[in-house]
Amino acid sequence: MTGRGDTPRNAPGNAPGNAPANTLELRGVGLRLGGRDLFRPLDLAVAAGEVATLMGPSGCGKSSLLAFLCGTLDPAIRAQGRILLDGAEIGRLPPEKRRIGILFQDDLLFPHLSVAENLAFGLPPALRGRRARRARIEAALEEADLAGFGARDPATLSGGQRARVALMRTLLAAPRALLLDEPFAKLDVALRARMRRFVFAHARAKSLPTLLVTHDPADAEAAGGPILEIGAFDGDGNAAAATAVRGRDRTAPAAG
Amino acid sequence: MAGALRQLTARPGAAARGAAARRGGLLQFAPALALALFLAPVAAGLLGTALPAFDYLPALGGTAFGLAAWRALLAWPGLGDSLALTLTSGLPATILSFAIVVGFLAACHGTAPLRLVQRLLAPLLAVPHVALAIGFAFLIAPSGWILRLLSPWATGWQVPPDVALVQDPHGLALAAGLVVKETPFLLMMTLAALERGDARERLAVARSLGYGPVTAWLKTVLPAVYPQIRLPIYAVLAFSLSVVDMALILAPATPPPLAVLVFRWFGDPDLTLRFAAAAGAVLQLAVVIGCIAGWHGAERLVAALGRRWARAGGRGGPGIAARRLWGGLLLLLQATAGLSLLALALWSVTRRWRYPDALPSEWTLAAWWRQDDALLWAGSTTLTVGLAATLLALALVLACLENEQRNGLTAGSRALWLLYLPLLVPQVSFLFGVQVLTVRLGIEATWLAVVWTHLLFVLPYVFLALADPFRALDERYARSAFCLGASPDRVFWRVKMPMLLRPVLVAFAVGFAVSVAQYLPTVFAGGGRHPTLTTEAVALLGGADRRVIGVYAFLQALLPLAVFAVALTLPTRGAARRAGGRQR
Repeated sequence: MTGRGDTPRNAPGNAPGNAPANTLELRGVGLRLGGRDLFRPLDLAVAAGEVATLMGPSGCGKSSLLAFLCGTLDPAIRAQGRILLDGAEIGRLPPEKRRIGILFQDDLLFPHLSVAENLAFGLPPALRGRRARRARIEAALEEADLAGFGARDPATLSGGQRARVALMRTLLAAPRALLLDEPFAKLDVALRARMRRFVFAHARAKSLPTLLVTHDPADAEAAGGPILEIGAFDGDGNAAAATAVRGRDRTAPAAG
Repeated sequence: MAGALRQLTARPGAAARGAAARRGGLLQFAPALALALFLAPVAAGLLGTALPAFDYLPALGGTAFGLAAWRALLAWPGLGDSLALTLTSGLPATILSFAIVVGFLAACHGTAPLRLVQRLLAPLLAVPHVALAIGFAFLIAPSGWILRLLSPWATGWQVPPDVALVQDPHGLALAAGLVVKETPFLLMMTLAALERGDARERLAVARSLGYGPVTAWLKTVLPAVYPQIRLPIYAVLAFSLSVVDMALILAPATPPPLAVLVFRWFGDPDLTLRFAAAAGAVLQLAVVIGCIAGWHGAERLVAALGRRWARAGGRGGPGIAARRLWGGLLLLLQATAGLSLLALALWSVTRRWRYPDALPSEWTLAAWWRQDDALLWAGSTTLTVGLAATLLALALVLACLENEQRNGLTAGSRALWLLYLPLLVPQVSFLFGVQVLTVRLGIEATWLAVVWTHLLFVLPYVFLALADPFRALDERYARSAFCLGASPDRVFWRVKMPMLLRPVLVAFAVGFAVSVAQYLPTVFAGGGRHPTLTTEAVALLGGADRRVIGVYAFLQALLPLAVFAVALTLPTRGAARRAGGRQR
């Protein structure tokens, strides 16, 4: 289990005691496209610092489910069910009010901004003052092993470096939950394991409930949380129930 | 064409060379032919205008270079006012059009108002400038429809008020008319750029980081889209600063904007004025180049400020007020265009419409029936010139695109500048030279000369309408057809053309609409012998009554609209499905 051995640095504000006890809960969440269920409504609770994994064949609606959680679902897809974050319903909030961070397969760093500017873009405006903001960004760069890379154009970075910047940008926005939409799929195998460790360690350090979508079993294995498979259809063409296959008993939240 | 142009400079790889040699045929000459037909007149036209500006025009006795033309131009008492008018109408029109497009898309990306606006876009684009300007004048003039609707109950006026709402001294009516006409064009180009990019993903990232929709769009999507709409913006800027036909209708006559002044001098019976006109045409070109350079400088400034703004991390609000404001503003613009057309239609069937009645009190079709052969003649010239220029442009563009694909060439961004050249260079700055060229070639004032001159403006638009769909066509269809033993020509006619039927028809409609709208090229190349609905409508403005003008202008608007309607409905359902599936 690659991910569990890492002991992440404790970021300030995440000291035991005042750690936000976030839980991401899905209740009866289902998606319909053109009158067809993509998968049968699923229930899921992801505890703070836990990384749950959602697996399924391509086209089964995994990414759409994450878009639904973010609030950016394609209007052509009809969604049902409730999303609770820390017990409060967030399904009706606009995307920007949900405070759910997401990482995609592509790092999606903005090419018109430098590395530091991309990070500054994630940093909330509540942190005022040029010096304070720059200091926070320098710290984030250092955390990502990228000290001195701030002025660089993202295009000059390697795939792994870009992926780390993307994660730092997401975390600087202080999300309350983290969604991972196959963020390791485009990295080569050696890099993939390191990046997984890096992402999972940070998610746990920040006590973020994390939902990973992948079809790489190694990702799921490394996540060490519950694993769900969705989108398997039974003989009548109906979506089979999402099934928590394994893992729940085996893995407690690692950072706990 | 972009790639096609490139072929002239780039050496194709060995494989491509082999393929070209094997396939051979006329196709490989398409780029050169397009270039000759398309760019040569612009270059010759600029030269033919610039030489007289420095006193050289042997036909009129100017055989030595000098500065007399410039002295005559600068001595003109109204020159300063004309220049000022050009700037106060052209610059605000461009800035406002751009601001409205950006504000609207930032506020309404992915919302219901956008879909509504999108549906109305194609017909609005098809409306010619002249018809729109005349309808707009019928709408906002002191005796126009809006004041009739408001009088006397709201204004208390029983007679039209004595204020210059049209042809005002600062050219604001012209600026407003330009905004109504140019905003749909910029909007369409921006929407096309958005289709190509990754706006959806950028917005998703920004919003998951806590950004409100409007701020997210401005900070992450605009920087990606802007480089792609830079040339269209410059084209709008150049057009707004040098428009003649709309200015003849909406701008004051004394002093007129610079372009109108130059145009008048070119047509003056006093032939010595040709020299001052040529100098004015060069000055007009300088004004456009200067303004484009200034805009380019402003781009850098705004980009630097924008980065600072992005760094500060402000998230912005939910943007509901912005959505109402910009969505409302855009719908208002579209409503204005629609009402302008309606005003034309109303006047064409009016017998009696007393001020301040809201509608005519007596109706008649007499104005339509009363028109003699002139209307028929102008209508048929409009039709034949439009069809010929568009079919020619379509053939050239398809040949260039097909040539590009067969030889594996890719489009360069620099080549796109060449394509935009006739849209960036003010028409008055090179059409006189084109006229001189047609005299040299012995085709002056012929139908052919009119078609050719229209081609200069039709071709870029046909290319813009067709290039994206053509290049987006999944090349595996062609490849699998080759593997089934089909020749390249057979693949083109039996695979690509049927699949691209809809975009080809739309490009045809776009090209036809552009041709119908041409005023200056028709006047310069036709020498008054090939009047179209457009030139007749403008000519009638001097004296004829609104009913007759309404007939000409409404028919002018109706022709391209009808072609658009046919283009959009003609493909059978099967063809539509085939074509639509490939291009989202």
